[in-house]
Amino acid sequence: MDVTQALQLLVLGIALGGIYALIALGYSMVYGVLRLINFAHGDLIMVGAFIGYFVAKSPMAEGLPLPVRFGLVFVSAMLGCAMLGVLIERCAYRPIRHQPRLTALITAIGVSLFLEYGGQVVFGATPRQDLPLWLTEQNPLMQIFAVQITDKHLLVLGGTFTLLALMRFLVLNTLFGKAMRAIAQDMTAAYLVGINVNRVIALTFALGSSLAAASGVMLAMSYPKIDPLMGLMPGIKAFVAAVLGGIGDLPGAVLGGFVLGLAETVVGYFASGLRDAVAFTILILILLLKPTGLLGKGMVEKV
Amino acid sequence: MRLFGFLLAALLLTLAGCRKPEADVIKVGHFASMTGPTATFGQSTDKGIRLAMDEINRQGGVLGKKIVVITEDDAGKTEEAAAAVQKLITRDRVVAILGEVASSRSIVGGNICEARGIPMISPSSTNPKVTQGKKWVFRICFTDDFQGAAMARFCYENLKARRAAILKDRKNEYSVGLAEFFAKTFEQLGGRIVAHENYQEGDVDFKPQLAKIKAANPDVLFVPGYYTECGLILKQVRRDLGMDLPVTGGDGWDSASLIQEIRGDLEGKGVHFGNHFSPYEQRPEVQEFVKKFKERYGELPDAMAALGYDAARILADAIKRAGSVEPAKIRDAIEQTKDFPGVTGRITIDENHNARKPLLVLQIKDGKTKVVATIPPMETTQPALFRGTSPLR
Repeated sequence: MDVTQALQLLVLGIALGGIYALIALGYSMVYGVLRLINFAHGDLIMVGAFIGYFVAKSPMAEGLPLPVRFGLVFVSAMLGCAMLGVLIERCAYRPIRHQPRLTALITAIGVSLFLEYGGQVVFGATPRQDLPLWLTEQNPLMQIFAVQITDKHLLVLGGTFTLLALMRFLVLNTLFGKAMRAIAQDMTAAYLVGINVNRVIALTFALGSSLAAASGVMLAMSYPKIDPLMGLMPGIKAFVAAVLGGIGDLPGAVLGGFVLGLAETVVGYFASGLRDAVAFTILILILLLKPTGLLGKGMVEKV
Repeated sequence: MRLFGFLLAALLLTLAGCRKPEADVIKVGHFASMTGPTATFGQSTDKGIRLAMDEINRQGGVLGKKIVVITEDDAGKTEEAAAAVQKLITRDRVVAILGEVASSRSIVGGNICEARGIPMISPSSTNPKVTQGKKWVFRICFTDDFQGAAMARFCYENLKARRAAILKDRKNEYSVGLAEFFAKTFEQLGGRIVAHENYQEGDVDFKPQLAKIKAANPDVLFVPGYYTECGLILKQVRRDLGMDLPVTGGDGWDSASLIQEIRGDLEGKGVHFGNHFSPYEQRPEVQEFVKKFKERYGELPDAMAALGYDAARILADAIKRAGSVEPAKIRDAIEQTKDFPGVTGRITIDENHNARKPLLVLQIKDGKTKVVATIPPMETTQPALFRGTSPLR
């Protein structure tokens, strides 16, 4: 393997990792506040990708300048998914908020299956590959040692880090973030000091779901094939990325995403048959060696 | 006591009555991927079958009865193919089964037909295992040992390739078999397989594998998969890795949803695949079929539709020759099919339950196909790999 090859893998790995990172970020957002692993997160990616697809194909997008079109696709997918996220929280998770954690976990799997099979009814099970070219085309920006870096690579990376910074600012520097952290520490106490717990949790879901939508559009942009089950594998893998980085920790989720993307790409190069085993091997190893994740801090079990 | 005996007899008679097929129609089952990642396979085949059966019914049906086709969707899943065939046999009590396109699913469905003693004709499954050692299962198309060899020959002789790379779906019988037969012939001809990579159905990222293939510097890439993944692979080959080498595949590529997309930069130095049929062939049988198909469905038929049409007509012909709707008699009649004038060529079922037909190599250009080569059939359909070489056989 020469320099070009190594660099090629690095670029591909970072591009894939960026998408995992963005999905993992959404996972960690919701987990950080509610201690709930939202297994429907992967399926919200799918819904986001479909909204983006329909907006991009609609006459609305025609004739607009390119950046506006991109903005329209992202904003409508994120808004649509945010509303769906709030609806899911209201109908599925709020009624069981004070039940044992296992109940919430099973409910999350139920919501995930509902979205997958509901999606097959609404969108059909046949994959769609006819995404508009302006959305999926990889325009080379520069070339280093015969390795192309395209505008989509930069968009995924830029999007991931911008959203990470935005979320961190929100959680650490705003009143809303303070309320989120208070709820994460002790929901009853937060309620007693006058925090509108329901509203903060609903908004957290809206944020997590819009992150899912953004990653869904980016996934469809990089791999132009969308179907109702498309979120399943990326969802599971991003969950592994979140655990790897320390679930609930935002920079950790992003770090985990990049590590996983690079690991998968390198293994895919040397032994393509073993590719899907990477994520799960990492999951087992991290749970055995450092269950709190790379950046996670040991947490005192709350009573 | 006498009353009880009478009731029992009545009950038994009713049950026996249920077991008999209805007198005025002949029920034929079709299991197919009407939805899912290979949806156009099932939909096209079903259109071909229905066109054929409606034609036959308009001419008075078979044995004075109308043929009814019952289609069961397996959503492109191997597990559901088994359930679909079970349902057709036990619930709908069909006298024969048509299907599938995908070899993995035809193998599963064929095992059930074998156990239940119901004849099955696969219109377009090409893996040798589909009919191997089977008493009740037939096919009316060529097999992958021929298809793989023919494509290897095309790559070596027509494209003048000496270094080939393969990217296959390692969980799909069709893809694995085709890759194996391609590699064997390509090496026998004097070429080299410089990279042999895998993917799995449902994957969207093929870039690491393609990076390795690119590093091996092949003259041609062979992708024996189904159209959904192949379309995505082709995009990543051309756009993400910037490789313009010729890309070839097998009959699993034949879907309008793939062909219509290939134009402009995706063409590179050529995109070719081996197939059973082309709607642009000038033979009068083909043109008549294309006209009828277009009139009814408003689109051009693909190979799956043509093979579905032929399979349905061969089945109807066998029922007529059997003079009975008994599955065993239909089976014997299918086995004796000789020189049937099909749209996809003359069809003779040989002793291995396969058909011997030529392969067409189609080039995709501007979202359309064009026949660029015809490769004549082999002398036998006995799989080359197993021909006396292995001590196991």
